[in-house]
Amino acid sequence: MRSATQIAADVRSGTTSASDELERTLSVIDERNAELNVFLYVDVEGARAAAAAIDERVARGDDVGPLAGVPIAIKDNLCQVGIPTTCSSKILEGWLPPYDATVIKKIVAAGAVPVGKTNLDEFAMGSSTENSAFGPTRNPRDPSRVPGGSSGGSAAAVAADMTSLALGSDTGGSIRQPAALCGIVGVKPTYGLVSRYGLVAFASSLDQIGPFAQSVTDAALLLEVLAGHDPRDSTSLPEPAPSLVAHVNDGVVGKKIGLVRELYTGANDDVLASVQAAADAFRAAGAEIVELSIPELSLTLSAYYLIAPAEASSNLARFDGVRYGRRVDGDDVTAMMEATRTAGFGDEVKRRIMLGTYALSAGYYDAYYGQALKVRTLTIEAFTRAYQQVDLLLGATTPGVAFKFGDKTDDPMAMYLQDVFTIPTNLAGDPALSIPLGTGDEGLPVGVQLLGPGRSEAQLFAAARVLEIADGRS
Amino acid sequence: MTLSGDWEMVVGLEVHTELLTKSKLFCGCANHFGSEPNTNICPVCLGLPGSLPVLNREAVDFAMRIGMALHSTIAPSTFHRKNYFYPDQSKDYQISQYDLPINSGGYLDLLDGSRVSIERAHMEEDTGKSTHLGGSGRLAGAVSSLVDYNRCGVPLVEIVSGPDIRSATQARAYAAELRGILMATGASDGRLEEGSMRFDANVSVRKSGEPFGTRCEIKNLNSLRSLQRAIDYEALRQIELLEGGGVVRQETRHWDENLGETSTLRVKEDADDYRYFRDPDLVDLAPDQAWQDRVRAALPAMPAQRRADVVALLSAPSSPQLDAVEVVIDLGLERYVHAVVAASGDAALAVARVANELAADVEHVANLSTDAFVATVLMEQRGELSATQAKTVLGALLADGGEPREIAAAMGFEQLSADSLGSTVASLIDAHPDEWGRYREGDEKLAQFFIGQVMKLTRGQANGKAVIAELQARR
Repeated sequence: MRSATQIAADVRSGTTSASDELERTLSVIDERNAELNVFLYVDVEGARAAAAAIDERVARGDDVGPLAGVPIAIKDNLCQVGIPTTCSSKILEGWLPPYDATVIKKIVAAGAVPVGKTNLDEFAMGSSTENSAFGPTRNPRDPSRVPGGSSGGSAAAVAADMTSLALGSDTGGSIRQPAALCGIVGVKPTYGLVSRYGLVAFASSLDQIGPFAQSVTDAALLLEVLAGHDPRDSTSLPEPAPSLVAHVNDGVVGKKIGLVRELYTGANDDVLASVQAAADAFRAAGAEIVELSIPELSLTLSAYYLIAPAEASSNLARFDGVRYGRRVDGDDVTAMMEATRTAGFGDEVKRRIMLGTYALSAGYYDAYYGQALKVRTLTIEAFTRAYQQVDLLLGATTPGVAFKFGDKTDDPMAMYLQDVFTIPTNLAGDPALSIPLGTGDEGLPVGVQLLGPGRSEAQLFAAARVLEIADGRS
Repeated sequence: MTLSGDWEMVVGLEVHTELLTKSKLFCGCANHFGSEPNTNICPVCLGLPGSLPVLNREAVDFAMRIGMALHSTIAPSTFHRKNYFYPDQSKDYQISQYDLPINSGGYLDLLDGSRVSIERAHMEEDTGKSTHLGGSGRLAGAVSSLVDYNRCGVPLVEIVSGPDIRSATQARAYAAELRGILMATGASDGRLEEGSMRFDANVSVRKSGEPFGTRCEIKNLNSLRSLQRAIDYEALRQIELLEGGGVVRQETRHWDENLGETSTLRVKEDADDYRYFRDPDLVDLAPDQAWQDRVRAALPAMPAQRRADVVALLSAPSSPQLDAVEVVIDLGLERYVHAVVAASGDAALAVARVANELAADVEHVANLSTDAFVATVLMEQRGELSATQAKTVLGALLADGGEPREIAAAMGFEQLSADSLGSTVASLIDAHPDEWGRYREGDEKLAQFFIGQVMKLTRGQANGKAVIAELQARR
């Protein structure tokens, strides 16, 4: 696999062309998509036109940007003009967005070539991509297993060598968990670093778009392009994109890294071994490892499963059959809305809408949603205290390696526990990433998780790079 | 209307006003009434998946102006989502301020000296507009419905009064005064017929001195007349119900203007649970002192002050004169009166001309410069124009603009007063020797006879005072 950094450099220098790179991508997709169900839609024509345009501009001597000619996979909850955007739900059947998400505009302006839309758990609700209305995605490392979720398609696209980069969204772990299960790098940036404009909302206060890549440097390259203030998103940070690539080799000398008990307790032995290996690698690279406990983190899973569904219950109200997407007729408008939503949403989406509706209802708000907000405040305060002691935190990304299809579909709680280590940082709004380190059962990849305070992406990439090198990837 | 026995009504009003911003509350779409359906729309106000709201600062300016005019406290505020399914609401939730409104507290003083407290004046977005085809024209029973989202996302401020109003007349006076204030702030055009202001009335009744009774809310009253009639009807309905041994049920009621009665829209017990929560797509709104100061500095004078300023120009104003001042202030035309006074003209005459002639053609008032108005009034005052002529000149100025002296000349008014009035009077004296004799002997009533004859001959273009002057000169 050629890295995005390499492709962009070669396209800019004329060593390769965007069109050649795209054809290679399209041929891999052609070869493996039927088996893996990674892409729901491949925009062959649009991508070819975009690649040809980049090649023309290169020939004219234009600077086509840092992602020159890099094919990129897009999670299908990001809006792109005229490209079907389904969120893997039947309810959005036939909808073509009339506008581009800000991140799409940014990557296109940077020279990237969006090749198509990847599968996800319906409305990003799930941890295995089994909740897609269009069938599950298979893990390229072992097609009998899930790729994780919800951004399973995007993770699989990179892991299957279809594209070197992909966009995902992470509400409770939806980038980091599939990155871990597919053996690639996945980053959940600081809340507000990347504009959410054009990301179909699941839980607005938690959602954040981020990169998938084969390497730390590629992830940093993409995040530099994605980041920066967007006047269309009120929650976007009012500051320019940080410099990231320049810092990936900064190392961890003199850094204090907290090994957090609550972020690995309950993980299986293979995962624990990888977390231990990470600690060892950091020590060897000149960092100090500090063992920490942040008891508040044990409350976050419950809080998350109130806050995220509450927001979702409101965000998903608009899918009512009136304006776009699927409509199932009824005797009157209420019956039409009910029939549309009954037919259009899958079980997990319905489950969360009901959970969220209940949590916000009069008489229950204080006991559920209100209480969850208090836990969220406690979580933020606990992380703040931790970051007064250490620079970064270390833990597991997932409790185990990629699991088999159907393993957890009958037990929502078991599925929800997939996110137990990733959720805390979403509640805090802080950045975190997953980086492959070592292998577990049957040689399946294991991810370790690095967490930092708000806007610490450069430090996180530098630390992740240390593990990448320790794991034998130069 | 006075209530029978010792019944007293208790009324609080919720007034929604659309703000005259250039664009909508959370997107850049034009805020314009009367466009082709579904032309002022974009991904944000249509609530398309992935779109996000961004607060319009101009709407915040207007909201603060309203708060300042109502003596409210401006405080850091937040936006919530009010969740309910309805086709004219593109997101199936409405973004509205909830527990932390931008304006809280305040009051409004009415002309009769009473004061109505203001509980809050908060910002929210308007919904689209549904047209139901078939059935009664309401959603229930309709064969199909069309939705126009042009209004969806238009900024509103909802002004909630305390339960301080004790009669339908007072409610109407409050609504009228508030309308004047909203227009003075520039926040609203006050066009009730276009729905740019809408009233909801909370009405209950009680025996004097007793605690508040159960209230009913009458929704969507869109004229001052409907407001007054609906409140009177509703208070009487509740009294009749209570006197007949019944109880008032808390409910939302609909006013039927044609039938002149209210009817149940929905009962409160099965009211929606709106599941309010903070909108995570928006950040807190906390206008800093500098922003507030800028808005305050630009705040124009409110109607009460402007009314007092004009009344002060009149000596011992009569009740019809005070009504005329009301019209002048309502229409925001007092600059004409002040200009006449600045030119040492007659304020009462100026008020009368503004309240009648200008008010009659207010949509063309832009054609009439204050200079032209002042010149016309002064000409009338000096007897160069009769009242009828002055009114005609003003009519012409309003229609087409221009110079009053030229218009008067073109209409032959000046010539009449200068030359031909004398000869007209002389010829009338010759034609009516008996009447002239009696007038000369002191029968003043006959002056009216001669004025009438002059008016007939000049088709009303003569000035009565000038005719008397001519008669007296020949007496």
